[in-house]
Amino acid sequence: MSPSGAKSRLEQRFAELKAQGRGGLITFTTAGDPTFESCLELVRGLPDAGVDVIELGMPFSDPMADGPAIQASSLRALGAGMTLAKTLDLVRRFREKDEQTPIILMGYYNPIYSYGVEAFLSDAKRAGVDGLIVVDLPPEEDAELCLPALKADLHWIRLATPTTDDKRVPTVLANTSGFVYYVSIMGITGTRTAQADVVRVAVERLKRHTELPIAVGFGIRTPEHAANIARVADAAVVGSAMVERIKGGLDSEGRPRPGMVPDVLGFVRALAAGVRKARNG
Amino acid sequence: MASLNTYRSGPDEGGHFGQFGGRFVAETLMPLILEVERAYTAAKADPSFQTEIDYFAKHYVGRPSPLYYAERITEHLRRGGKGAKVYFKRDELNHTGAHKINNCMGQILLARRMGKRRIIAETGAGQHGVATATVCARFDLPCVIYMGVEDIERQKPNVFRMKLLGARVVPVTSGSRTLKDAMNEALRDWVANVDNTFYIIGTAAGPHPYPAMVRDFQSVIGNEVREQIMEMEGRGPDSLVACIGGGSNAIGLFHPFLDDKDVRMFGVEAAGLGLDTDKHAASLTGGRPGVLHGNRTYLLQSDDGQILEAHSISAGLDYPGIGPEHSWLKETGRVEYVSATDDEALEAFKSCARLEGILPALEPAHALAFVKKLAPSLPKDHLLVMNLCGRGDKDVFTVAEALGTEI
Repeated sequence: MSPSGAKSRLEQRFAELKAQGRGGLITFTTAGDPTFESCLELVRGLPDAGVDVIELGMPFSDPMADGPAIQASSLRALGAGMTLAKTLDLVRRFREKDEQTPIILMGYYNPIYSYGVEAFLSDAKRAGVDGLIVVDLPPEEDAELCLPALKADLHWIRLATPTTDDKRVPTVLANTSGFVYYVSIMGITGTRTAQADVVRVAVERLKRHTELPIAVGFGIRTPEHAANIARVADAAVVGSAMVERIKGGLDSEGRPRPGMVPDVLGFVRALAAGVRKARNG
Repeated sequence: MASLNTYRSGPDEGGHFGQFGGRFVAETLMPLILEVERAYTAAKADPSFQTEIDYFAKHYVGRPSPLYYAERITEHLRRGGKGAKVYFKRDELNHTGAHKINNCMGQILLARRMGKRRIIAETGAGQHGVATATVCARFDLPCVIYMGVEDIERQKPNVFRMKLLGARVVPVTSGSRTLKDAMNEALRDWVANVDNTFYIIGTAAGPHPYPAMVRDFQSVIGNEVREQIMEMEGRGPDSLVACIGGGSNAIGLFHPFLDDKDVRMFGVEAAGLGLDTDKHAASLTGGRPGVLHGNRTYLLQSDDGQILEAHSISAGLDYPGIGPEHSWLKETGRVEYVSATDDEALEAFKSCARLEGILPALEPAHALAFVKKLAPSLPKDHLLVMNLCGRGDKDVFTVAEALGTEI
């Protein structure tokens, strides 16, 4: 439940998915990759291409849990002058034209800590952010940002992993809201691929502990794989494959070629089609 | 800040030294971090663990290292009836040539107790990598060392040493390609191999319990100094000086003395080309608190919270962070933190070679550079102990280049 009591954008979206009887598609792209303008154009196109929830990476110089593809996207964005303040501005610009699609920010704690926790939370809320995923803040550090975020009426989405055993699951779920992000592999983003039947068992295990929707990510690269995951989970997250697609659309100087955004949106449409036919295929 | 009853009780249960420290890691690692903490707590309570460490410290590492009265340096720095008596704690005489092995021995014995079958580590100068590769060879565990390509270029002899010892050295090309990126890459490896792998962190930093554990393993330095100086001088030291990168040799020297109120302590950071430039590694003097590599501590960072590259002539001090206990000791005022530039360190390196017949590593050459400033104004009966934490053989190429000499 949203801390404010009313249904949040994110809860509304998962309720719609449930009503439609399908799993959702969540895409990850790094804010400002490769430029602010191209990223804004891309993000604005995501809902029409079939994305249910938008995840935006907050670029960081030292993304410890990310593989080479997302590391590179972070460096591209930072190299083009992206900052946390500009990431919030990107969300604000998106919200001018879209009031329905939930946006989750994902990243690491230091840029937020540097910005100032209270200032960040109020600016993020005002910009239209719906929730946060902060990789290096486990439950043991909830006082830092999780509890203030919940108080500021933002969802706190926690990662659960294959190492989160039954004993630890309640700790991880305790202050989680919106949905649970199940990391389907042991490792960093974009490296390995989990088998759908293994994921099914893991999702069922989590479902015994929570009513929250379960999204599954790390290592989902193709429409077929997204479909397989959407069959067993409430949503599939595609990240590294997205930023690789962006990279493929850059010229030798690292600037976006004219066809970059349409190409990425084409890939998103294929992912969305896969997810949509997963449960009635 | 008011002085505390004790400076030696930290960290608290969550791994905090005041506001610093903590456990800022991804969920995948969290159960493992908790397991390391449990295993270390159990090992500490088991006398056989300390017995095992003591055995290898004595017979393999070569402890205790001597406490040496540096008579010629002392004379050199005396003027006008003043000048402290300078002692060197000779941790450069340890097997592998630095204090790093004290920590590696402790951690690998813990890894064995935990049944871990694979060891990873990061390294900057290569000293920690060599020490880790050494204990892995001794205990027959496969060893993977992450090292930035910039550092591989600067420290070729150590890279070859690690390979001779059977380690696999993985070049790190991400980010700034130095120590912080090697640490990122080691953490990425660990996340992917949590089942069988133990990460031997090389300094008193990282997520709890590493800062406390590494400090404990390095405290042998200060504990020996206390005994040795009692034997030689019949009393304790007046001041302690050590260089600071991550800060493990310094915390090892300082920690046993933190509650000896009359002992002054100085941590010497690397000022690189100068604190007024952007080419230095002085995170305490030139940085501000932030969160990186599992702990909150002072960091070199941009206005936007992006981590900056550090610079020092000494690869071992070339890190944009520092162990969290030092951040706390700075804020409480218990330890004074100062700095020395590349040039000052080079001068100290040369005078140590000529006056004492010892080539210090460039890291403790920073400590000596500060001793040269501090000692002359102190009374003659002032006992100053400096940690000579590593030997300079690894640095001769760097020094030659800095001096414009062809070898």
